[in-house]
Amino acid sequence: MADEESPPVRARGLVKRYKEVLAVDHIDLNVHAGDVYGFLGPNGAGKTTTLRMALGLIMPTEGTVQLFGRDPIREGARALQGVAGFVEAPRFYPYLSARKNLELLAALDGGGARERIGEVLEIVELSPRAEHRVGGYSHGMRQRLGIAAALLRRPRLLILDEPATGLDPAGMRDMRALIRRLADEGITVLLSSHQLPEVQELCDRVAIVDSGRVVYEGALSDLRRQGGAGYRLRTTDDTRALQIMRAQPGLDHASSSEHGLSFQADEQHVGALSLALGMAGVGILALTPELATLEDLFFRLTEGGNDARDPAAGESSDGGALSGGQLGAAVSGLAATARALEESR
Amino acid sequence: MSSTAVGAAPATPIGAARVRRPSTATAYRWELRKLVSQKRTYLGLGLAAILPLIFVLAQSLRNHRGHDQGNIFASHITQSGLATPVLMLLFLSVFMLPLIAALVAGDIVAAEDGNGTLKTILTRSVDRGQVFAAKTLAAMTYATIAVFLSAVVATVAGVAAWGFHHVVTFSGTVVSAPEGLLLVFAANACYLIPLLTVTAIGVLLSTTTRNSAAAVVGTVGFTILLFIVAQIPGIEGLKPYLLTEQYENWHGLLRTPTDWAPIWHSAWVCALYMVPALFAAYLVFLRRDVAGG
Repeated sequence: MADEESPPVRARGLVKRYKEVLAVDHIDLNVHAGDVYGFLGPNGAGKTTTLRMALGLIMPTEGTVQLFGRDPIREGARALQGVAGFVEAPRFYPYLSARKNLELLAALDGGGARERIGEVLEIVELSPRAEHRVGGYSHGMRQRLGIAAALLRRPRLLILDEPATGLDPAGMRDMRALIRRLADEGITVLLSSHQLPEVQELCDRVAIVDSGRVVYEGALSDLRRQGGAGYRLRTTDDTRALQIMRAQPGLDHASSSEHGLSFQADEQHVGALSLALGMAGVGILALTPELATLEDLFFRLTEGGNDARDPAAGESSDGGALSGGQLGAAVSGLAATARALEESR
Repeated sequence: MSSTAVGAAPATPIGAARVRRPSTATAYRWELRKLVSQKRTYLGLGLAAILPLIFVLAQSLRNHRGHDQGNIFASHITQSGLATPVLMLLFLSVFMLPLIAALVAGDIVAAEDGNGTLKTILTRSVDRGQVFAAKTLAAMTYATIAVFLSAVVATVAGVAAWGFHHVVTFSGTVVSAPEGLLLVFAANACYLIPLLTVTAIGVLLSTTTRNSAAAVVGTVGFTILLFIVAQIPGIEGLKPYLLTEQYENWHGLLRTPTDWAPIWHSAWVCALYMVPALFAAYLVFLRRDVAGG
């Protein structure tokens, strides 16, 4: 049974198998109240399938998903109370106007949703075109109508699958602003997206899926911290500083470039380094932390991560072509070699 | 969606106020509104309306003397306008009305699945069972409207051409014009029993095939198949239980005294087709993965 304490989304061991294809492989999700939760993964990773299961549109092969403590598979529409959104592109009746589409959906929502039609059309700026048939709408207009349809339900949980796909830059910006605004009003948002800057800007927690499995779930800040807290350092004597850094325990990837010195370490070892530099008479001009970008981490988890999980993945199976992960590893190797050559000079 | 627009978001707090969920009647009303808004709907209804008009026009131009030997109503066509709707029912009941019913029944689930609108309505506050019931009822309403539209047009056109006079039944007895009118519409109502069964089969195929064309063609193909089966020698015992044989159940009403036996027979035979078809369609609809669109 649902209760006020139940999390907006709680999935346990979700599996979806289509004959031989394992689309979703034991996915666990925990979306907390107030989260703007990013659901990331490459194409075919199982994001949309997972969202469809969450909305009760497809049956899991195994596992359960609950929305505010209710199971949409077993409890049907009752489990979707307070939940709205769309998977893939929002779809409407092309032969009806936007207003008629919303009237239909409001009728299927009940609870005075009809009175909010004008309001939600205003929010998505479709009022001037409300009487036009949706069949003549652009992709962006349909996306906005999808948001309007979701808002009719006054949701506590908004599930959005690639809401910015197909929008122009201004449309994307406005969509982000709208999502941010809705989140600020207390709506929990589960946002599936390919747009890494969008997720980085909007989301506080993320799940990254790859090949049907969650490879990371947690706070975005934790992920970026785990991805390696990097630092940039400029000193009065970079050559001497680099020697000290390499001798210093707890520092990794110490290197020099035209931008200065860089290394990875935890805060405790950074403190020790600054003391060591001071004792050696090397002045610190700037010491700035640099977190890995979400894009770096995403590719590391979804491409490089494959190598870590599968020892055989480093070898090209066809003897020629490189996978994305293999290519990334090769580029990293070349870059490291180039740095070593530069330093030896 | 400018920032300004975003700023116009509802001032009232967004929450999970417990709302009264909509009834199946609400979903049904919207299924009808969707039908009304689609051109395809009028194709079938147009056929149902225009064929009686063509028939009356053709008979008028032919300067029919009313001496056909094949059918008593055909032989009395110019003597009473009420013979026209009976003849039209006779002609249209075999193929055209099942086709018109199949046009909507075969499309009503499959089209929404293909367009992706099924997922749109299934993520609102109505249960799948309600959506299924609404769609089935809407398809049956459409079939009913097609039958009675055809009957009304045929009656009006027939009466306009040949007058509102007494009519002769299959038994050769004469019934008054008002009673004849009542019998005409009662006959059409009886014909609905097998036609709604065809509609149920259309809904089943629409639900299972997820393809409008396959469901429409499949439904019509099923009735044609039964006609062929009825012609196979050696299985005469099966014939009374074929759905297509029930298309003539209404003949019993136009006999004196009224022969109720074929009507009751068709009612339970059709139930044998309709109930499993609807139950299977319902189960499939409840359990299916909605991944279209």
